[in-house]
Amino acid sequence: MKELSLHILDLVENALRAGARRITISLLEDSARDLLEMVVEDDGRGMDEKTRQQAVDPFFSTKGKKVGLGLPLIAQLSKQCGGNLEITSEEGKGTRVKATFRRSHIDVPPLGDLAETLFVLLASHPEVEFIFSHEVNGRRFSFRSSEVFRALGIENPGGNPVLLSALRDWIAYHETTLREGQTNEDYKP
Amino acid sequence: MKITSLEDLKRIKEEAQKRALLREGKAEYKITVHMGTCGIAAGARQVMAAILDEIAKRNLTNVLVTQAGCIGLCDREPLVSIEKGTERVLYGDLTPEKARQLVASHIVNGQIVGDWVVHTER
Repeated sequence: MKELSLHILDLVENALRAGARRITISLLEDSARDLLEMVVEDDGRGMDEKTRQQAVDPFFSTKGKKVGLGLPLIAQLSKQCGGNLEITSEEGKGTRVKATFRRSHIDVPPLGDLAETLFVLLASHPEVEFIFSHEVNGRRFSFRSSEVFRALGIENPGGNPVLLSALRDWIAYHETTLREGQTNEDYKP
Repeated sequence: MKITSLEDLKRIKEEAQKRALLREGKAEYKITVHMGTCGIAAGARQVMAAILDEIAKRNLTNVLVTQAGCIGLCDREPLVSIEKGTERVLYGDLTPEKARQLVASHIVNGQIVGDWVVHTER
Protein backbone atom coordinates (compact mmCIF):
# COMPACT_ATOMS: atom_id res chain seq x y z
CA MET A 1 0.00 0.00 0.00
CA LYS A 2 1.22 3.43 -0.89
CA GLU A 3 -0.05 5.32 2.14
CA LEU A 4 -0.12 4.71 5.88
CA SER A 5 -3.67 6.04 5.89
CA LEU A 6 -4.66 3.03 3.74
CA HIS A 7 -3.19 0.68 6.35
CA ILE A 8 -5.20 2.57 8.96
CA LEU A 9 -8.35 2.02 6.90
CA ASP A 10 -7.48 -1.68 6.66
CA LEU A 11 -7.01 -1.94 10.44
CA VAL A 12 -10.31 -0.18 11.04
CA GLU A 13 -12.03 -2.60 8.64
CA ASN A 14 -10.77 -5.42 10.86
CA ALA A 15 -12.19 -3.67 13.90
CA LEU A 16 -15.55 -3.17 12.18
CA ARG A 17 -15.68 -6.84 11.25
CA ALA A 18 -15.07 -7.67 14.90
CA GLY A 19 -18.32 -5.84 15.69
CA ALA A 20 -16.75 -2.73 17.24
CA ARG A 21 -19.00 0.12 18.35
CA ARG A 22 -16.16 2.40 19.34
CA ILE A 23 -12.88 2.70 17.45
CA THR A 24 -9.94 4.84 18.51
CA ILE A 25 -7.41 5.90 15.90
CA SER A 26 -4.31 7.58 17.34
CA LEU A 27 -1.31 8.84 15.45
CA LEU A 28 1.77 10.16 17.13
CA GLU A 29 4.73 11.77 15.42
CA ASP A 30 7.71 12.78 17.48
CA SER A 31 10.89 14.07 15.81
CA ALA A 32 12.91 14.10 19.02
CA ARG A 33 12.38 10.35 19.48
CA ASP A 34 12.35 9.74 15.71
CA LEU A 35 9.06 7.94 16.19
CA LEU A 36 5.86 7.47 14.25
CA GLU A 37 3.23 5.47 16.07
CA MET A 38 -0.10 4.32 14.73
CA VAL A 39 -2.69 2.77 17.06
CA VAL A 40 -6.12 1.35 16.27
CA GLU A 41 -8.09 0.18 19.26
CA ASP A 42 -11.57 -1.31 19.26
CA ASP A 43 -14.19 -2.74 21.59
CA GLY A 44 -15.04 -5.63 19.30
CA ARG A 45 -15.15 -9.31 20.12
CA GLY A 46 -11.39 -9.71 20.51
CA MET A 47 -9.27 -12.78 19.83
CA ASP A 48 -8.09 -15.72 21.87
CA GLU A 49 -4.34 -16.11 22.37
CA LYS A 50 -3.93 -18.64 19.56
CA THR A 51 -5.69 -16.45 17.00
CA ARG A 52 -3.72 -13.42 18.16
CA GLN A 53 -0.45 -15.23 17.53
CA GLN A 54 -1.59 -16.41 14.10
CA ALA A 55 -2.86 -12.99 13.08
CA VAL A 56 0.43 -11.94 11.44
CA ASP A 57 0.74 -15.22 9.53
CA PRO A 58 -0.14 -14.43 5.88
CA PHE A 59 -1.54 -17.95 5.44
CA PHE A 60 -4.02 -17.52 8.27
CA SER A 61 -7.47 -16.02 7.97
CA THR A 62 -10.65 -16.10 10.03
CA LYS A 63 -12.75 -15.53 6.94
CA GLY A 64 -12.52 -18.93 5.32
CA LYS A 65 -9.84 -17.88 2.86
CA LYS A 66 -6.38 -19.29 2.40
CA VAL A 67 -4.63 -15.98 2.92
CA GLY A 68 -5.08 -12.90 5.08
CA LEU A 69 -2.63 -10.15 4.27
CA GLY A 70 -3.75 -7.06 6.18
CA LEU A 71 -1.81 -7.48 9.41
CA PRO A 72 1.19 -9.30 7.86
CA LEU A 73 1.71 -6.38 5.46
CA ILE A 74 1.78 -3.85 8.30
CA ALA A 75 4.01 -6.11 10.40
CA GLN A 76 6.49 -6.40 7.56
CA LEU A 77 6.42 -2.68 6.82
CA SER A 78 6.99 -1.57 10.39
CA LYS A 79 9.82 -4.08 10.86
CA GLN A 80 11.43 -2.88 7.64
CA CYS A 81 11.21 0.69 8.96
CA GLY A 82 12.91 0.02 12.27
CA GLY A 83 9.72 -0.45 14.27
CA ASN A 84 7.40 -3.27 15.17
CA LEU A 85 3.80 -4.39 15.40
CA GLU A 86 2.17 -5.15 18.70
CA ILE A 87 -1.23 -6.78 19.04
CA THR A 88 -2.98 -7.08 22.35
CA SER A 89 -6.42 -8.58 22.59
CA GLU A 90 -8.89 -9.83 25.09
CA GLU A 91 -11.88 -11.95 24.17
CA GLY A 92 -15.10 -10.05 24.61
CA LYS A 93 -13.27 -6.80 25.36
CA GLY A 94 -11.51 -5.74 22.18
CA THR A 95 -8.24 -5.50 20.33
CA ARG A 96 -5.44 -2.97 20.18
CA VAL A 97 -3.01 -2.88 17.29
CA LYS A 98 0.03 -0.64 17.55
CA ALA A 99 2.50 -0.17 14.71
CA THR A 100 5.66 1.86 15.20
CA PHE A 101 8.11 3.19 12.63
CA ARG A 102 11.38 5.06 12.71
CA ARG A 103 9.94 8.32 11.46
CA SER A 104 12.99 9.30 9.40
CA HIS A 105 13.33 5.86 7.78
CA ILE A 106 13.39 6.16 4.01
CA ASP A 107 10.90 3.32 3.52
CA VAL A 108 8.13 4.84 5.65
CA PRO A 109 5.27 5.60 3.23
CA PRO A 110 3.61 9.01 3.48
CA LEU A 111 0.58 9.27 5.75
CA GLY A 112 -1.40 10.15 2.66
CA ASP A 113 -5.00 11.24 2.60
CA LEU A 114 -6.16 10.72 6.17
CA ALA A 115 -9.20 12.90 5.58
CA GLU A 116 -10.35 10.53 2.84
CA THR A 117 -9.88 7.50 5.10
CA LEU A 118 -12.00 9.14 7.82
CA PHE A 119 -14.51 10.38 5.25
CA VAL A 120 -15.32 6.91 3.89
CA LEU A 121 -15.50 5.50 7.43
CA LEU A 122 -17.83 8.20 8.76
CA ALA A 123 -19.98 7.87 5.65
CA SER A 124 -20.48 4.12 5.80
CA HIS A 125 -20.45 3.57 9.57
CA PRO A 126 -22.24 6.49 11.21
CA GLU A 127 -23.42 4.15 13.99
CA VAL A 128 -19.83 3.61 15.15
CA GLU A 129 -18.10 6.12 17.40
CA PHE A 130 -14.75 7.15 15.96
CA ILE A 131 -12.22 8.81 18.22
CA PHE A 132 -9.42 10.34 16.22
CA SER A 133 -6.27 11.99 17.41
CA HIS A 134 -3.15 13.04 15.54
CA GLU A 135 -0.22 14.56 17.38
CA VAL A 136 2.81 16.06 15.67
CA ASN A 137 5.63 17.23 17.95
CA GLY A 138 3.28 18.22 20.74
CA ARG A 139 0.56 19.85 18.63
CA ARG A 140 -2.65 17.97 18.18
CA PHE A 141 -5.81 17.65 16.17
CA SER A 142 -8.45 15.42 17.67
CA PHE A 143 -12.18 14.83 17.69
CA ARG A 144 -14.88 12.32 18.57
CA SER A 145 -17.40 11.68 15.83
CA SER A 146 -20.34 11.70 18.25
CA GLU A 147 -19.41 15.13 19.62
CA VAL A 148 -18.98 16.61 16.16
CA PHE A 149 -22.36 15.22 15.09
CA ARG A 150 -23.98 16.50 18.27
CA ALA A 151 -22.51 19.98 17.78
CA LEU A 152 -23.99 19.96 14.30
CA GLY A 153 -27.35 18.83 15.65
CA ILE A 154 -27.44 15.62 13.65
CA GLU A 155 -27.66 12.02 14.71
CA ASN A 156 -26.48 10.40 11.57
CA PRO A 157 -24.72 12.08 8.63
CA GLY A 158 -24.98 8.90 6.55
CA GLY A 159 -27.86 10.22 4.49
CA ASN A 160 -26.29 13.59 3.87
CA PRO A 161 -23.38 13.40 1.44
CA VAL A 162 -23.08 17.19 1.19
CA LEU A 163 -22.44 17.41 4.91
CA LEU A 164 -20.01 14.50 4.75
CA SER A 165 -17.98 16.27 2.06
CA ALA A 166 -17.84 19.34 4.28
CA LEU A 167 -16.69 17.19 7.17
CA ARG A 168 -13.94 15.81 4.98
CA ASP A 169 -12.79 19.35 4.09
CA TRP A 170 -12.77 20.26 7.77
CA ILE A 171 -10.53 17.29 8.60
CA ALA A 172 -8.28 17.94 5.58
CA TYR A 173 -7.84 21.57 6.60
CA HIS A 174 -6.71 20.63 10.10
CA GLU A 175 -4.45 17.87 8.83
CA THR A 176 -2.76 20.31 6.45
CA THR A 177 -2.27 23.01 9.05
CA LEU A 178 -1.09 20.41 11.55
CA ARG A 179 1.60 19.39 9.10
CA GLU A 180 2.50 23.03 8.59
CA GLY A 181 2.82 23.40 12.34
CA GLN A 182 -0.25 25.52 13.03
CA THR A 183 -3.26 23.55 14.16
CA ASN A 184 -3.63 22.81 17.81
CA GLU A 185 -7.26 21.98 18.18
CA ASP A 186 -8.71 19.45 20.52
CA TYR A 187 -12.31 19.65 19.63
CA LYS A 188 -14.38 19.81 22.79
CA PRO A 189 -17.94 21.06 22.73
CA MET B 1 -15.24 28.05 0.61
CA LYS B 2 -12.60 26.87 2.99
CA ILE B 3 -13.96 25.03 5.99
CA THR B 4 -11.86 25.74 9.03
CA SER B 5 -14.19 25.69 11.98
CA LEU B 6 -17.25 23.91 13.25
CA GLU B 7 -19.16 27.14 12.66
CA ASP B 8 -18.46 26.72 8.95
CA LEU B 9 -19.68 23.15 9.17
CA LYS B 10 -22.89 24.25 10.84
CA ARG B 11 -23.52 26.72 8.03
CA ILE B 12 -22.95 23.98 5.47
CA LYS B 13 -25.33 21.73 7.32
CA GLU B 14 -28.07 24.33 7.11
CA GLU B 15 -27.46 24.79 3.40
CA ALA B 16 -27.36 21.06 2.88
CA GLN B 17 -30.67 20.65 4.64
CA LYS B 18 -32.23 23.34 2.55
CA ARG B 19 -31.01 21.73 -0.65
CA ALA B 20 -31.33 18.05 0.06
CA LEU B 21 -33.84 16.37 2.25
CA LEU B 22 -32.29 13.92 4.60
CA ARG B 23 -32.96 10.43 3.42
CA GLU B 24 -36.09 9.03 4.90
CA GLY B 25 -37.36 5.52 4.64
CA LYS B 26 -35.78 3.11 2.19
CA ALA B 27 -33.06 3.90 -0.28
CA GLU B 28 -33.80 2.78 -3.81
CA TYR B 29 -30.21 1.85 -4.62
CA LYS B 30 -27.58 0.28 -2.44
CA ILE B 31 -23.96 0.67 -3.49
CA THR B 32 -21.47 -1.65 -1.79
CA VAL B 33 -17.74 -0.96 -2.06
CA HIS B 34 -15.59 -3.98 -1.31
CA MET B 35 -12.99 -2.89 1.22
CA GLY B 36 -10.82 -5.89 2.00
CA THR B 37 -7.06 -5.50 2.09
CA CYS B 38 -6.98 -6.34 -1.63
CA GLY B 39 -9.64 -3.73 -2.40
CA ILE B 40 -7.96 -1.03 -0.38
CA ALA B 41 -4.59 -1.74 -2.01
CA ALA B 42 -6.20 -1.52 -5.44
CA GLY B 43 -7.87 1.85 -4.78
CA ALA B 44 -11.25 1.10 -3.17
CA ARG B 45 -10.99 4.10 -0.84
CA GLN B 46 -10.55 6.53 -3.73
CA VAL B 47 -13.41 4.82 -5.59
CA MET B 48 -15.73 5.13 -2.60
CA ALA B 49 -14.80 8.78 -2.07
CA ALA B 50 -15.53 9.48 -5.74
CA ILE B 51 -18.95 7.80 -5.45
CA LEU B 52 -19.85 9.78 -2.32
CA ASP B 53 -18.65 13.00 -3.94
CA GLU B 54 -20.67 12.36 -7.10
CA ILE B 55 -23.78 11.62 -5.03
CA ALA B 56 -23.28 14.89 -3.15
CA LYS B 57 -22.76 16.89 -6.34
CA ARG B 58 -25.86 15.43 -7.93
CA ASN B 59 -27.85 15.77 -4.74
CA LEU B 60 -29.05 12.17 -4.89
CA THR B 61 -31.08 11.11 -1.88
CA ASN B 62 -32.12 7.63 -3.00
CA VAL B 63 -28.74 5.94 -2.61
CA LEU B 64 -27.18 4.18 0.34
CA VAL B 65 -23.41 3.64 0.24
CA THR B 66 -21.92 0.90 2.33
CA GLN B 67 -18.88 -1.39 2.57
CA ALA B 68 -18.14 -5.09 2.54
CA GLY B 69 -15.05 -7.27 2.70
CA CYS B 70 -13.11 -9.37 0.22
CA ILE B 71 -15.20 -11.75 -1.90
CA GLY B 72 -12.31 -13.69 -3.40
CA LEU B 73 -12.09 -11.80 -6.70
CA CYS B 74 -8.99 -9.90 -5.62
CA ASP B 75 -7.64 -9.56 -9.16
CA ARG B 76 -10.73 -7.63 -10.24
CA GLU B 77 -10.58 -5.08 -7.41
CA PRO B 78 -11.73 -2.40 -6.86
CA LEU B 79 -15.15 -4.05 -6.93
CA VAL B 80 -18.48 -2.31 -6.42
CA SER B 81 -21.92 -3.83 -6.44
CA ILE B 82 -25.11 -1.92 -7.09
CA GLU B 83 -28.38 -3.38 -5.88
CA LYS B 84 -31.91 -2.37 -6.69
CA GLY B 85 -34.69 -4.64 -5.55
CA THR B 86 -33.57 -8.17 -6.38
CA GLU B 87 -31.16 -7.10 -9.11
CA ARG B 88 -27.51 -7.02 -8.19
CA VAL B 89 -24.76 -5.94 -10.57
CA LEU B 90 -21.11 -6.38 -9.68
CA TYR B 91 -18.62 -4.08 -11.40
CA GLY B 92 -14.86 -4.63 -11.38
CA ASP B 93 -11.51 -3.00 -12.24
CA LEU B 94 -12.90 0.37 -11.30
CA THR B 95 -11.17 3.74 -10.99
CA PRO B 96 -12.55 6.92 -9.38
CA GLU B 97 -13.38 8.21 -12.87
CA LYS B 98 -15.28 5.04 -13.84
CA ALA B 99 -17.08 5.11 -10.48
CA ARG B 100 -18.37 8.62 -11.20
CA GLN B 101 -19.62 7.44 -14.58
CA LEU B 102 -21.36 4.51 -12.90
CA VAL B 103 -23.32 6.89 -10.68
CA ALA B 104 -24.37 8.87 -13.74
CA SER B 105 -25.20 5.90 -15.91
CA HIS B 106 -26.49 3.19 -13.56
CA ILE B 107 -28.12 5.30 -10.84
CA VAL B 108 -29.23 8.46 -12.61
CA ASN B 109 -30.05 7.03 -16.04
CA GLY B 110 -30.79 3.43 -15.11
CA GLN B 111 -28.33 2.06 -17.69
CA ILE B 112 -26.03 -0.83 -16.75
CA VAL B 113 -22.48 -0.29 -18.06
CA GLY B 114 -22.00 -3.70 -19.69
CA ASP B 115 -18.26 -3.41 -20.35
CA TRP B 116 -17.42 -3.18 -16.65
CA VAL B 117 -19.78 -5.87 -15.36
CA VAL B 118 -18.21 -8.89 -13.67
CA HIS B 119 -21.41 -10.61 -12.64
CA THR B 120 -25.16 -9.99 -12.60
CA GLU B 121 -27.81 -11.53 -10.38
CA ARG B 122 -31.52 -11.14 -10.78
